[in-house]
Amino acid sequence: MKLPTFIGGIHPPEGKELTSHKEIEIFTPQGNLVFPMSQHLGVPCTPTVKKGDRVLIGQKIGDSDAFVSSPILSSVSGIVKEVGPRMTISGSVETCVVIENDGLYEHETRLLPHPDYESLDAKEILSVIREAGIVGMGGACFPTHVKLAPPPDKKIRWLIANGAECEPYLNCDNRLMLEHTEPVIEGLRICMRLFPEAEGIIAVENNKPDSIAKIEEKLSDGRGGKIKVMPHKVKYPQGAEKMLIYSVTGQEIPPGALPADVSCIILNVRTLYAIWLAVTQGIPVLDRVISVTGDVILNPKNLAAPLGTSVRELIDAAGGFTEEPAKVLAGGPMMGISMRSLDVPIVKGTSGILALSSRSGISPRETNCLRCGRCIEACPMGLQPAALDTPVRRRDYDSFEAHGGVNCIECGSCTYACPANRRLTQICRDGKAGVNAARRKKQQAEKGAQK
Amino acid sequence: MNRLLVIASSPHIHAGLSTQKIMGWVLAALAPAGLAGVYFLGTRSLAVIAACVAACVLTEAAWQKCAKLPVTVSDLSAAVTGVLLAYNLPPTIPLWMAVCGSVFAMVIAKHFFGGLGHNIVNPALAGRAMMLICWPVAMTTWTLHGVTGPTPLAVLKDGASGALGTLPSVMDAFLGNMGGCIGETSAAALLLGGGLLIAKGIISWRIPLVYIATVAGMSLLFGRAAGPLFEILTGGLMLGAFFMATDYATSPMTGKGQTVFAFGCGAITSLIRVFGGYPEGVSYSILIMNLAVPLIDRVTVPRILGEAKKSGSK
Repeated sequence: MKLPTFIGGIHPPEGKELTSHKEIEIFTPQGNLVFPMSQHLGVPCTPTVKKGDRVLIGQKIGDSDAFVSSPILSSVSGIVKEVGPRMTISGSVETCVVIENDGLYEHETRLLPHPDYESLDAKEILSVIREAGIVGMGGACFPTHVKLAPPPDKKIRWLIANGAECEPYLNCDNRLMLEHTEPVIEGLRICMRLFPEAEGIIAVENNKPDSIAKIEEKLSDGRGGKIKVMPHKVKYPQGAEKMLIYSVTGQEIPPGALPADVSCIILNVRTLYAIWLAVTQGIPVLDRVISVTGDVILNPKNLAAPLGTSVRELIDAAGGFTEEPAKVLAGGPMMGISMRSLDVPIVKGTSGILALSSRSGISPRETNCLRCGRCIEACPMGLQPAALDTPVRRRDYDSFEAHGGVNCIECGSCTYACPANRRLTQICRDGKAGVNAARRKKQQAEKGAQK
Repeated sequence: MNRLLVIASSPHIHAGLSTQKIMGWVLAALAPAGLAGVYFLGTRSLAVIAACVAACVLTEAAWQKCAKLPVTVSDLSAAVTGVLLAYNLPPTIPLWMAVCGSVFAMVIAKHFFGGLGHNIVNPALAGRAMMLICWPVAMTTWTLHGVTGPTPLAVLKDGASGALGTLPSVMDAFLGNMGGCIGETSAAALLLGGGLLIAKGIISWRIPLVYIATVAGMSLLFGRAAGPLFEILTGGLMLGAFFMATDYATSPMTGKGQTVFAFGCGAITSLIRVFGGYPEGVSYSILIMNLAVPLIDRVTVPRILGEAKKSGSK
């Protein structure tokens, strides 16, 4: 049988065997917990607590009035030690709330459990999702209550649960689908209440046969409804939003458009699990599953860790390093961010901690482009990365834009495939930043002219 | 942890392919054809190959030293050019001419245009074209088993119908037991090497297949005397289709563009063979199509995902 897929893409070594059979372990941190005020796309939160306050599990410690934002909640009970700038996992410095764990684990009961969620209307469900601090936990961290409230003229026909997990090494979604199958499916059912005409599709790459079988088994219990599991071809970046929508529905999202424009909403399986927890159990986003793995981790694990836990503690929990790592990444090897320090907290979007030796890395020396066309074959967006290279190096951002460079999704496939080791993905990042800067400048100039 | 962490933009893993590995595979794929050349055309072929490779590598190194550029001969691309040039020469060529051709290929055709990946025509073919203009007699003297004679394609072009009898058999043409350039004599050895490159993903099947099929089809169309099979087994077609037209730098980057390019190569080759002044047209057809590559690349831009399909009206 031919599995649904997209055009382009690459086949990196999976590295998933390190953690694919490791059950999720609950991790209890010893040290202080640190909560950056921006763990989502959109407006950062303002701290709602001050030094010396006592907070409970689930209590809001940061919030914002903006629609596109998501509150920050404490994952432990304890005393606020500090509110101030700290380095985050992405390497930027942001306002953080530091909480000393008092070991009492007292919960706040702000959210009420609704096991009978059928009685809730759409507005109530969305409000619970916002108050529970749910964002897209695949990594993009777009506030879920915004995503689930598309303009009323957009008819949603497909609700796609993204369990593709195409990034090498990571298994957090795989283990979640396997060990918490029912909650993930229930989370999808809750979302489908918002879009009664939609069909639910759980999209999983075909390298997770256990998860696929388990979901199929649960769906065959008679109350399946309009939900089905759809195995996909194993190819990176199958789980990228535009690729997965193409694979599932055969539709292409026009440049600048959103999934809702092609009648789709796509949510990571961990996000669905969070929705189930919040709606039926009254538990907000307090922790997440993280694959702590890589070729220099002694005992790779899938850990369910409270948000705010230090990366160093998680690495120690996985036995530490077998040798000095060259890089430690937040996320997978294709799109993950290389960390500057291990003393940073995990956030809602952290799917993995990956420690790699220099053997798995990229050669430091770029050589001449051969024009071999491998980047073009690899690009899932149909771009010509080799043709974007020269304009960006010349700072000719107009030409970069004319070649469609702003459509780049930064999946990394071109750099991975390039035999000349050219940093094509980085070039596109640069180019996009250049185009944005030029646009802002132009807007300001126009504003200035109007005055 | 004593050491600092490396900070870099993603991705953090790599397929592990390099220019050197690609060129290494090309050299390996070229080896059978060279062995066949030495076997059928004599050991002097070996001297020509060695002279061209040495001259290309040394010229590139010397040029890069003089121009204060990093010396990149270890990427093996100069060696590939040397082998390809030698394969396009008759085994009797004086070695000093072969060296001149090599220097021209490296300096004028490759490095004047910016080096690896930036040259607009295939350096080996440019070197050969220069040599054909400068030393036409030495470049077209063919011997087989010590006897000087015309190549099969020349027989086909100039001979009266009775001369067809002096053509090698199809089996001889396939194995390489006929006069010609060092590397082009054995279609069997070239197919073996070309197959290896396709199997290894170094080249795609598109250019060789379309090129050869076009020549076969057009020979039928023009009603050539010896038939399409003979047509594709003789001359430089196999060498050109698998190893010269597929040169990354001088062929289009997209599949669509490569198809157009290969069709053009095939059509021009056939036109030269049938109507042109030369018996063989592979080198010039590829050189001409090399010049069309920027244009082909412009009109075969892939469609960006989500962009409206191109239609006549806008």
